[in-house]
Amino acid sequence: MSTTVMKYEEALARFEPVLGIETHIELGTRSKMFCGCPTAFGAEPNTQVCPVCLGLPGSLPVTNKAAIEGIIKIGLALNCDIVEWCRFARKNYFYPDMPKNYQISQYDEPLCVDGHLDVEVDGTTFRIEIERVHMEEDTGKSLHVGGATGRIHGADHSLVDYNRAGIPLVEIVTKPITATGEKAPLVAKAYATELRELVRSLGVSEVRMEHGSMRCDVNVSLMPRGASEWGTRTETKNVNSLRSVERAVRSEIERQAAVLDAGGKIVQETRHFHEDSGTTTSGRSKEEAQDYRYFPEPDLVPMAPSREWVEELRASLPELPAARRRRVQGEWGLSDLELRDVVNAGALDLIEETVRAGTDPGAARKWWMNELSRRATEQNVELADLAITPQQVARIQAMVDAKELNDKLARKVFEGVLAGEGTPDEVVAARGLKVVSDDGALAAIIDQVIADNADVADKVRGGKVAAAGALVGAVMKASRGQADAGRARELILEKLGVS
Amino acid sequence: MSDLIHRSAAELGALIASGETSAVEVARAHLERIAAVDGEIHAFLHVDDETVLAQARAVDERRAAGEELGPLAGVPIAHKDVFTTADMPTTAGSRILEGWRPPYDATVTARLRRAGLVILGKTNMDEFAMGSSTENSAYGPTRNPWDRTRIPGGSSGGSSAAVAAYQAPLSTGTDTGGSIRQPAAVTGIVGMKPTYGGASRYGMIAFASSLDTPGPFARNVLDAALLQEAFSGHDPMDSTSIDQPVPPVVEAARRADVAGMTVGVVKEFGGEGYQPGVLARFNEAVELLESLGAKVVEVSCPNFSYALPAYYLIAPSECSSNLARFDAMRYGLRVGDDGTRSAEEVMALTRAEGFGDEVKRRIMLGTYALSSGYYDAYYGKAQQVRTLIARDFEAAFERVDVLVSPTTPTTAFPIGERADDPMAMYLADLCTIPSNLTGNAAISVPCGLADEDGLPVGLQIMAPVLGDDRAYRVGAAVEKALEDRWGGPLLAKAPKLEADR
Repeated sequence: MSTTVMKYEEALARFEPVLGIETHIELGTRSKMFCGCPTAFGAEPNTQVCPVCLGLPGSLPVTNKAAIEGIIKIGLALNCDIVEWCRFARKNYFYPDMPKNYQISQYDEPLCVDGHLDVEVDGTTFRIEIERVHMEEDTGKSLHVGGATGRIHGADHSLVDYNRAGIPLVEIVTKPITATGEKAPLVAKAYATELRELVRSLGVSEVRMEHGSMRCDVNVSLMPRGASEWGTRTETKNVNSLRSVERAVRSEIERQAAVLDAGGKIVQETRHFHEDSGTTTSGRSKEEAQDYRYFPEPDLVPMAPSREWVEELRASLPELPAARRRRVQGEWGLSDLELRDVVNAGALDLIEETVRAGTDPGAARKWWMNELSRRATEQNVELADLAITPQQVARIQAMVDAKELNDKLARKVFEGVLAGEGTPDEVVAARGLKVVSDDGALAAIIDQVIADNADVADKVRGGKVAAAGALVGAVMKASRGQADAGRARELILEKLGVS
Repeated sequence: MSDLIHRSAAELGALIASGETSAVEVARAHLERIAAVDGEIHAFLHVDDETVLAQARAVDERRAAGEELGPLAGVPIAHKDVFTTADMPTTAGSRILEGWRPPYDATVTARLRRAGLVILGKTNMDEFAMGSSTENSAYGPTRNPWDRTRIPGGSSGGSSAAVAAYQAPLSTGTDTGGSIRQPAAVTGIVGMKPTYGGASRYGMIAFASSLDTPGPFARNVLDAALLQEAFSGHDPMDSTSIDQPVPPVVEAARRADVAGMTVGVVKEFGGEGYQPGVLARFNEAVELLESLGAKVVEVSCPNFSYALPAYYLIAPSECSSNLARFDAMRYGLRVGDDGTRSAEEVMALTRAEGFGDEVKRRIMLGTYALSSGYYDAYYGKAQQVRTLIARDFEAAFERVDVLVSPTTPTTAFPIGERADDPMAMYLADLCTIPSNLTGNAAISVPCGLADEDGLPVGLQIMAPVLGDDRAYRVGAAVEKALEDRWGGPLLAKAPKLEADR
C-alpha cells in the first residue's frame, strides 16, 4: 500500500498542525493497582496473577495507595490541581486481554486537572497545557501467532499474558497544542522527552519506552493556514521511542497534507506507526462508534486525597528537571548550547552523579560527552545503558588526577571496563596499565635510552635542553606509553647534569 | 430420623461444645436428611458427603486438641452457590459456570470455616441471583417445603428451602433487591439483609455491586444473629466493607423487647396488589408490637414508589458490566471453539448458550441504560432517585427506631405462574428494594399464615445503616410473642414432606 505524501516544507506552508498527546506511564509500584501481585518486567507469562487481576468471579479490586501517591506526584509536578473527590469509572469493552472485559479507569472525574509543562525547542519555550492526569489499570498483552503482521488479523491463534493486567497506569492528556508551525514534530518530541525526565526525576516509573512503561499516542490534525476551525484528527499508536514521536508527527503531517491537497477527507481513525518505514497505516476506524458505557466503579469507594496529604507530597517532590538544569548550568558554567547537548545526550544524570562521586564537572562532562558518547553510538545503545557507572568514571578520573593514568591509558581502562573486564582498578591491574613513575624502573629505561642515543644525550649535555624531548619520546616508546612523561624528563635532565 | 436436625444452631453448638454430640454426628444427621428429602425439594446443587464429614472430623479434632472454638463450631451450614468455595464447584446457578472450581474461598466462606462451621454444600439460586423464585436456575427450580408446587422465593431459594426443610440449620444468601428476605418470608423462616458493607462481598459472584449484600437464613432470630456475627466485619479485600465494629446483633436478639421503641408503618406499602391474608397478618403484627410496648406511628416515604423502577435501571446496568467477564476465555463454558472461529465469535456463542433469558434480558436493559446519550436519563436519574429514597429513610429514622412492612405483597406463588411475566415477578421485591438502594439493614421474620392459602407471611423490619441490632431486637420480640401465642415456631405448622409420612 503506497501512500502519497506532500513534502514537509510545502505541507507546512499551506497547513497549520494541531497536536494532542496522550501518554500512558506504568508506575513502578511493587504491587499492582488493585491487588498484591508483583509487577516485575519480563517474568514468565501468567506467573504474576491472582483472582483479582485475572478478574475471576467474585474477586474485588482494592486501590494501591502507593499508586495514588505516584499519580498525585506526577500531577503536582505538572502543575495540576489535585481534586478533592473523584471516582474510578468502568470503561466497558470486550477484548481477550482484558480479564473483566472492562477497564477500571477514570472518566469525567480525573484526579489531576489543568496543569502545564514548558518545553524548549531551539531556544523557544512552548507551554504545553495539560488537560488531565488520571489513573487506570493496564490490560494484559496479546501475542498473535502466525500471519504476517503480528496483528490479530490473519493470525492462526493468539496467546494472552496477564502479568501486565492490573499494573497501575497513569494517563496524561494534553490540551490541543497549537501554533507550533514547522516545529510541531520537535515540540512533540521535546514534550515527550521532558515528560519522561520529569517522571523519572520523581522516581515513580522507569519510563522506558522500549519496555512499554511509557507509551505515547499522538493526535494530529491539519487546518489550512488562516482557517479557524480545526481539521479532523487521527490518533497514531505504537509510537515506541522519542524519535518516533517526532517522526510520527512529521509523517502524519505529510500524509494528511497530501490527502487534503487532493481534495480528500481525513478519516477519524487510529493509525499505527511503523518504526522501519517511519510512516503510519490505518488501524481501526470505528473508534468513534465504540461506546464504552462508562459508569462509576461501584466496587471502589471514591478517592478523596486529604489536603494535608497532597501538601505533604508536594513538599516531598524532588528538584524537578527544569530547575535542576538551571542549577547545574550555573554550577558547571555551561553555555545554553552545551547544556542542551548534555541534556539531549541523556548525560545530565550521569555527569551529575560522576561529579557527586568527586570528579570535576569539566572532566566528568568530557568523558561522558566524548569518549563514552562515541562508544554508545558505536554500540547503538543509550548512554545510560553503557556497562559503566558514574562511580567508575569518577574512579578513572581520580587515577588520572593522581597521575597514575594518563589520557591514553585512561581510554584503555574505559575500553576494559566496557568490555566487562572488571572495575577500573581490576582493568588497570590485569592489563598492567599503570603509569610508570617508579624512579627505579624509569631509571633503568632512561639509562638504556641514553646509551642508545648517545649523540642526542651529548647535545643535551651541551646545553640544547630542547633535544631532551626526543629522549622522553624514546622512554615513552620503550615503556609502551606507561611512563610518567614529566617525571621521565626530570630524571633525564638530572642524569645528564643539566637540571 | 435423628432429632438433631430439628435443633437450633445455638443448641447444636452447645451440644457439640459440651460433648453430648459431635460435629460428625450432626453432619451425618443432616446428610441423611438431605438424602431423604432433597429429591422433593431440590435445594442443593452440590453435596459431597466425604468433604462434609472430613470438615466435621477436623472440627472435632480441633476441639479435642483444646482449641477455643466459637458458638457455631461444628454446626452445619449450606452456602448459596454464589459464594466461592475452594473445595466445591461454584456456578451461581448458571450454565456458563458449570463445573467451575474456584481457586479461592469467599471471605464469608473462609471466616465461617475458621469459626468451625461445616459446609454441607451449595444451594440452588436464580441464575446470577436474578429472580424472585429460583425458577431462573439453569439447574431446575427449587420447591417450597410448605407446598412443593410453589416457589421457595428467590434468588436465594435453595438456601431458604434447605433451612425450612431441616436440611440445614443455617444457610447463607445474598440480597440485592430482596433475595434473602422474600425467600425467608415465603418459607416461614428468618432472613436478614445486613447493612451494605457490614460483611465482605469478596468472593461473592457479583450481580449488582452497589446493592449485593451477604446475609443469614435461620429458623430463629438468634441463630441468624449468631451467623451474621460470625461472618461480618471489615475485610481489607473489599473496599466497600465498613471499617467499624459489627453492631451488637446477638445481644439484641437475646434482648428481644420493644419497650420504649417507636415503630413506623410505611404508608405506601399496602392496598392494591397486596394479598388480603398478608395484610391481615401484617396488621396483627403491628398491633402485637403496640401491645408489647412499642409506640406505633404511620410514616410516609413518598419516594419509595420509585424504588422499583430505579432498581431496574441500576441493577441491570451494573450487571451488564459485571457479567462481561464470562467470555469463555479463562474459565467456564466455551462454545464453538473449533479452530475456525474468532475469539469474538466464541465469546458471542458462549454467552448466547451459557446465559438464561432473564440474565440476557437484564444485560440488555443495562447495556441500553448505560449507552451514551441515555446514561443521564436512565442510570443518572435512577441514582438521583436513590438519593431521594435515602432522604425518606433519614427523615423517617428521625422519628422512629424501625420501619415495618409486609416483606412481600403475596405468599409463595405457584411455580410457573409468573415465569413468563417479568413485571409480576419484579413486584415480589416491591417492599424490599428500598433498603437495598440505600444500604439499610432489614430483616424478615415469620408473622403467621395467610387465611386464603395457609402459607407463611413475613414481617419486614427496616433499620438504619449500621442499626442491624435494632432489626434483630424487634424481630426477636415479635418472634417470642408469636411463638408464645402459637405454642411453637411457625414452621411446626408446615405440612409433612413425602419423606416424613
